[in-house]
Amino acid sequence: MAQSQLAEQENGMRIQSIEALDALRQDILAHQDPKRPILIVCHGTGCLANGSPKVSDALRKAIAKAGFQAKVMPGIKTTGCHGFCSRGPLVIIKPAGLFYQQVKAGDAEEIVNTTLIKGDPVERLLYRDPNTKEPIPLEKEIPFYKHQQRVILRNIGKVDPTDIHDTIAAGGYQALAKTLTTFSPEEVISVVEKSGLRGRGGAGFPTGRKWRSAVAAKQKRGGPVYLVCNGDEGDPGAFMDRTIMEGDPHAVLEGMIIGAYALGCNQGFIYVRAEYPIAIKHLIIAMDQARAMGLLGQNILGTGFNFDIQINRGAGAFVCGESTALFTSIEGRAGEPRPKYVRSVEEGLWGKPTVLNNVETWANVPIIIEKGADWYNQIGVPNSTGTKVFSLVGKVNNVGLVEVPMGIPLGKIVEKIGGGVPGGEPFKAVQTGGPSGGCIPYALKEVAVDFDSLTKAGSMMGSGGMIVMDRRDCVVDVARYFLKFLEEESCGKCLPCRLGITRMREMLDTFSQGRGNKQDLDDLMGLAEAIQDGSLCALGGSAPNPVLTTVKYFKDEYLVHIEQQRCPAGVCKDLITYHIDSEKCTGCMVCARNCPQKCISGERKNPHQIEAETCIRCGICMDSCKFEAVQVS
Amino acid sequence: MIKEHVDIDDIIERHPGKPESLIFLLQDIQAAYNYISPEAMTLVCDHIGVPLTQAYAVATFYQSFSLEPKGEHEIRVCLGTACHLKGAPRIVSELERRLGIKPGETTKDLKYSLDTVNCLGACALAPVSVVDNEYQPNTTTPKLVRLLDKMVSE
Ligand SMILES: Cc1cc2nc3c(=O)[nH]c(=O)nc-3n(C[C@H](O)[C@H](O)[C@H](O)COP(=O)(O)O)c2cc1C
Ligand code: SF4
Ligand code: FES
Ligand code: FES
Repeated sequence: MAQSQLAEQENGMRIQSIEALDALRQDILAHQDPKRPILIVCHGTGCLANGSPKVSDALRKAIAKAGFQAKVMPGIKTTGCHGFCSRGPLVIIKPAGLFYQQVKAGDAEEIVNTTLIKGDPVERLLYRDPNTKEPIPLEKEIPFYKHQQRVILRNIGKVDPTDIHDTIAAGGYQALAKTLTTFSPEEVISVVEKSGLRGRGGAGFPTGRKWRSAVAAKQKRGGPVYLVCNGDEGDPGAFMDRTIMEGDPHAVLEGMIIGAYALGCNQGFIYVRAEYPIAIKHLIIAMDQARAMGLLGQNILGTGFNFDIQINRGAGAFVCGESTALFTSIEGRAGEPRPKYVRSVEEGLWGKPTVLNNVETWANVPIIIEKGADWYNQIGVPNSTGTKVFSLVGKVNNVGLVEVPMGIPLGKIVEKIGGGVPGGEPFKAVQTGGPSGGCIPYALKEVAVDFDSLTKAGSMMGSGGMIVMDRRDCVVDVARYFLKFLEEESCGKCLPCRLGITRMREMLDTFSQGRGNKQDLDDLMGLAEAIQDGSLCALGGSAPNPVLTTVKYFKDEYLVHIEQQRCPAGVCKDLITYHIDSEKCTGCMVCARNCPQKCISGERKNPHQIEAETCIRCGICMDSCKFEAVQVS
Repeated sequence: MIKEHVDIDDIIERHPGKPESLIFLLQDIQAAYNYISPEAMTLVCDHIGVPLTQAYAVATFYQSFSLEPKGEHEIRVCLGTACHLKGAPRIVSELERRLGIKPGETTKDLKYSLDTVNCLGACALAPVSVVDNEYQPNTTTPKLVRLLDKMVSE
């Protein structure tokens, strides 16, 4: 296509003024029939992995087959993650808000015939209360959702992230329009400051203050200022940022455009983790559509303001989530942290003033502008305002993504929203803050989930990973897991980090092999301190946290490993034996067939035995037994 | 996995000849060929004016880049926290034993590569693995072994 034609076509779609944006929104809404049934099929990563594309295809075919009249033709919409991934694939039927779980392609015709045509629910697809077994038909009544406050996630699961019209109809880019018409850059910064917003990437630095310093640095030094979105999401068990980028990419873009206006910035970057191809795809689609509509790029909304964004894909290095390493990586080099004699707001990307904020931080900006600082800082608690998104995983009934006001008791998240531990026993601990955080024991279940309270408890908010552990999870093993992760991810620049983490991991290895002694525990503490003090970046600086908190709250469990050579949770491989419960064993022979050592014997239909000498404790028998007859002791 | 043939010159021309294009170029080459050959590396360095040593430093720093060809089938097992707690290390050990390789390696016959990743974002379905880009929710060792056996017979 010739350049002029292209420009003409683009101009045709461009929104030239704030009024035109509003008119477009009214127009989209006017063309929507609120009574028209819409089947929302979750296409978040969890549901995709569980086969939701087959479900949406089957629904499409079933609708075509049913021969609806054009006027009442049901629509199908695919969205990002609804958060309740453990129940996926999910299908929600609007406008009523019926919630169907674990839907298979084979259910499609029944959904169309029973629900769309007759108007009745398909009973067997409804969510049931785990205790009373009563069905709960509506999404909003399900306890997992009822106790949440979804502010940042409000559009995820409602809008099709690949269609900007859908986002605009839901109120997207209204905050940008408000910013450009009614606020000076200085006023935007004031609102963000007053909202109390603190960074969601881990450290919780006040966002408004960061922006103000960057503006000051820009005035002092002249030249450009850059703006960066941190989508590296390194915490190995968390997927909040991924869900936001995949499910509501425009919220991130809008936040960044508003930030750019406040900072007088024309170029932004989004650094996305390598393993997130769908997030990258949705961001690119969103950026293309926003540019075509004049919401990004040159002359935004006809106001003369220019700002564009580039996407950088990470290449698999946890340390690149650290600010200076991230900048080095965008510059095309190996992402090693730099000393921060000068703060990055003054000398960041290419030595220029740079504001780095996390994905969720950026996604908070539009709603703050739209509803105002006073509305926002009423949510949460005084020093931690707003909501926080957590990925609630591990030994909990309702695994998924949850959003709660800050300051809520930890136990409420696990028990009310998460539905507690499978089997009904109390949780043992909750790990927050990922590799830099710590384990909070059940005894502290009333601890408020906010930046300061979690730090006081020895853990930290981190980016939002929340891993529930039960009786069968070993704290020594979990601490060792995080050390091993950090050992592999340390960039190796600082000696205490490079060697110290390895040494700590080796000491934990000896504990888990029953070879440790009590003196080691004291040495471990000394080493932890040396690593904290002698590391350049927070990877090393916070690396000992998982060990420190587990020793603090679960010293007995360490001592049992050391003194009795026993792993009470039955996890540490060298301290356990597998055996078969003859009451439960049906003699189906599956374990014997799968055992790589061929050390399981027994006749068909008779209880089997494991020969302890040859067993290598691989656990395959336990994983393959359908009757929970294989046990550890 | 067998990749479609892509002309390396096309990839190189996609990015401006500036040092900051290095990671973009390596990513595109990795995606197209599954590894970065010495020839490709030389072409990249000539294009962006970066010394070979620096390009290799970058290629070895980041886990996504491989300097050796990957196997026909790629198996990636998640070792993120949620998957770790649900027994993913046992899956990795068994694959190591079956394939005779460690994570990051490829079998001699270039049939399988084994890798581990930290969180695939589907923690609700832990443990998760990805075989030839297809997610395997609630992976168990017997399930994966059956899948491998099927690949062999194909
Ligand atoms: C080793 C390391 C890894 C980090 N990884 C991330 C990350 O994946 N995502 C993130 O937003 N921040 C990460 N951070 C924090 C960032 O350095 C930075 O504080 C944050 O992106 C600032 O944004 P915020 O103020 O909005 O939180 C990491 C820090 C360290 C030391
Ligand atoms: S503390 Fe560790 S990760 Fe951070 S710069 Fe030093 S060696 Fe690298
Ligand atoms: S991916 Fe569907 S609910 Fe999370
Ligand atoms: S920890 Fe394995 S998918 Fe998240």
